[in-house]
Amino acid sequence: MSSNQAPQLRPPQAGPGGPDVRTSHATNFSKGFVVKLLLLGMVNALGVYGVLAAWGAESYGILWAMVALLVAANYVYFSKRALPLKYILPGLAFLLVYQVFVVFYTGYIAFTNYGDGHNSVKGDAIEFLLISNERRLEGSASYPLTVIRDGEELGFAILTQGDVVRVGRAEQPLQDAPDAVVSDGVVTEVPGYEILPRGEVLQRSDDVTRLRVPLSEDPEDGSIRTQDARAGYVYVSTLEYDESADTMTDTVAGTVYRPNERGQFEAEDGSRLPVGWRVTVGAENFTTAFADPRYSTPFVKIFAWTVAFAALSVVTTFLLGLALAMVFNDPRLRGRKIYRSLLILPYAFPGFLAALLWSGLLNRRYGFINDVILNGAQIGWLTDPWLAKLSVLGVNLWLGFPYMFLICTGALQSIPQDVTEAAKIDGAGRIRTWRSVVMPLLLVSTAPLLISSFAFNFNNFTLIYLLTGGGPRFSDASVPLGHTDILISMVYSISGIDGNAPRNYGLASALSIVIFVIVATISAIAFRQTRKLEEIN
Amino acid sequence: MAATTDQPVVLRNRMSTRRWFSELGWRHIVGVIAVAYAGFPLIYVLSASVSSRGTLTGSNRLFSEVGTSNFAALNETYFWHWMGNTLIIATATGIGTVLMGAAAAYAFSRFRFTGRRGGLTALLVIQMFPQMLAFVAIFLLLLGLGNVVPVLGLNSKLALICVYLGGALGVNTFLMYGFFNTVPRELDEAAKLDGASHAQIYWTIILRLVTPILAVVGLLSFISSFGEFIIARIILQTESNWTLAVGLYGWVSALLEANWGLFAAGAVISAVPVILLFLFLQKYIVGGLTAGSVKG
Repeated sequence: MSSNQAPQLRPPQAGPGGPDVRTSHATNFSKGFVVKLLLLGMVNALGVYGVLAAWGAESYGILWAMVALLVAANYVYFSKRALPLKYILPGLAFLLVYQVFVVFYTGYIAFTNYGDGHNSVKGDAIEFLLISNERRLEGSASYPLTVIRDGEELGFAILTQGDVVRVGRAEQPLQDAPDAVVSDGVVTEVPGYEILPRGEVLQRSDDVTRLRVPLSEDPEDGSIRTQDARAGYVYVSTLEYDESADTMTDTVAGTVYRPNERGQFEAEDGSRLPVGWRVTVGAENFTTAFADPRYSTPFVKIFAWTVAFAALSVVTTFLLGLALAMVFNDPRLRGRKIYRSLLILPYAFPGFLAALLWSGLLNRRYGFINDVILNGAQIGWLTDPWLAKLSVLGVNLWLGFPYMFLICTGALQSIPQDVTEAAKIDGAGRIRTWRSVVMPLLLVSTAPLLISSFAFNFNNFTLIYLLTGGGPRFSDASVPLGHTDILISMVYSISGIDGNAPRNYGLASALSIVIFVIVATISAIAFRQTRKLEEIN
Repeated sequence: MAATTDQPVVLRNRMSTRRWFSELGWRHIVGVIAVAYAGFPLIYVLSASVSSRGTLTGSNRLFSEVGTSNFAALNETYFWHWMGNTLIIATATGIGTVLMGAAAAYAFSRFRFTGRRGGLTALLVIQMFPQMLAFVAIFLLLLGLGNVVPVLGLNSKLALICVYLGGALGVNTFLMYGFFNTVPRELDEAAKLDGASHAQIYWTIILRLVTPILAVVGLLSFISSFGEFIIARIILQTESNWTLAVGLYGWVSALLEANWGLFAAGAVISAVPVILLFLFLQKYIVGGLTAGSVKG
């Protein structure tokens, strides 16, 4: 449904025969200019729509970002001075929003306590607290109530003392409905709604008893709720928010809660209200990651395994790929092309499918490896801590060796013959030629690829998550982490983004930053080393 | 071993069997073993997909029974939705990446402007931060965007494409930039003298000469978004919007034993387009790999 809209949201490329630098657009209505005008018109229309929507939703950050992008697009494509930007802007816009911004945003979240209990801004937290602490107003009147629906959404219609019918839904406060029909003191018909039949009321009794129809936009005014779907009562929050003093008061117990530095309302005796808002907490997430044993113990283990996994993956795939490349690097060998086409099949096979496929092949009870090849042995390939690590490496070897085979073949063939011949003339044997001539040349041309392969495997989330899910679990950990988890899958588990653990976006972002620093450092050092390697030759 | 390569080829016909074996024959043995190692999981998944039992245990006797029941059963699931979504997302990402990456590479390769060097360095640095490391921030960004424009928010394929396109410049511009530099500038200058505009030079001259790198970049970005899991998983939330990676993972993780036949059939179908692309574009890919790209 959405793919055909993709090009419209992208500022357009300069069309064929587009703006000519030397002639004015006004005098030159070429085809390219018309295309450009149309595309920009579309971008502007969508952009203005976005700006208005952002205004409506009161998201001012998004609003200003959209305005800035729109102004930039119009300036770049109508000005004659911004020629290079005409080509860079489309990609740059996406890069800025979805890569640069999210990196900085990650940095910002890392210093907040964003997560369960601190999910939103203060205003939302106050509203939620008021709503969730509502009690029936003592001695208040009951109103005859009818459950109504609009499509799937439920609502209430009540009859007030003055025989006025008022109608509302969860998101829409009560308002008068003068056209409603009342008979025997019960609302029987509301225009625009359908009366929910008694049978369905019983069926959806949970929804009905949970429904809260606010009296007005202000959460402090309370709401109408019902227990039996026949009588509605006014519910008012036992908490009261004092805007000027910025305090929350429990009207029953008389406790006064004040906001603390952690983004929660706290009473003098230290008791806190359950829902808070997000605030910056300094480097706390980083100290948690390194000092809190719940996280630091698994972190050390997982970090060691991540480095080992990435390094061993590169080494094993490289050695096997190199060996095969050497074996097939003989022009007299027949069928080399066929071998090569067959050997790259694991590489052409999508990685996520391979991980899932191997998780079945290695299954303890029914898997092909145990059941057929090992004749019914019950080896816990994916459930024993060490075997699981071995399995992960084995599967990655299967996935990765064709890539190394391809690049090693290419590298071997690009080594000039006169170099090896010269070595021979100088009296070097086969092994000596290999060690001193071929290998260094090979390493120089493949080293940058080995480094990118290391960086790729360092964050090879798909393989780990789809093959073992990080398991088997650490027996002693309170956090859902396991023996084959690598850093990125650890971040995923800790973030709780898939609902398997309490959400902790702050800590997860802090760990992301740590991973980034590690990867960047390793890459920088490694690239410097390869440059040294190049200088030697 | 490499020393054998420089022996004259004519020797082949006069070789004794023993000599043939010690120099070439053993290579065939290694080759057959390697092909068996590379191929057996693929043979297995093919066999499991046509097995009519549809379970993990029932798939262990290769090709013991051949039927299409698993493929027929796919029709009752969301599989074809997922296939369609994945193809739409991967194709849009591939095309978008090529268009935006090539345009940026053209600008960096052909124009001299302030901030050019800085821009290239910035790209190199940004490239080091893998986008998926920021998945929490991406999730929260889309949460916010969704409140304003729902089609750019969570659970939208367009939003996922946009996120993937965000990584387009960082990863590919360098690869393309190097290739664009190999096209001689004299060509542009000649065209400019003949009165061609910069857009005409770009669309009608340069792009035709760099087709191999466009194919590599398009293909690699197609494949990496085809199999991308973590961001697709957090963005696409309703089952009918999932991609193949998210959907097939759901089958295997939920009930490995019972869904195995379904998964195998789905895996065979979804691997076909990628493997075909690979075989058709093999020569381009090998060139692109040595130029420094990694399959995602």
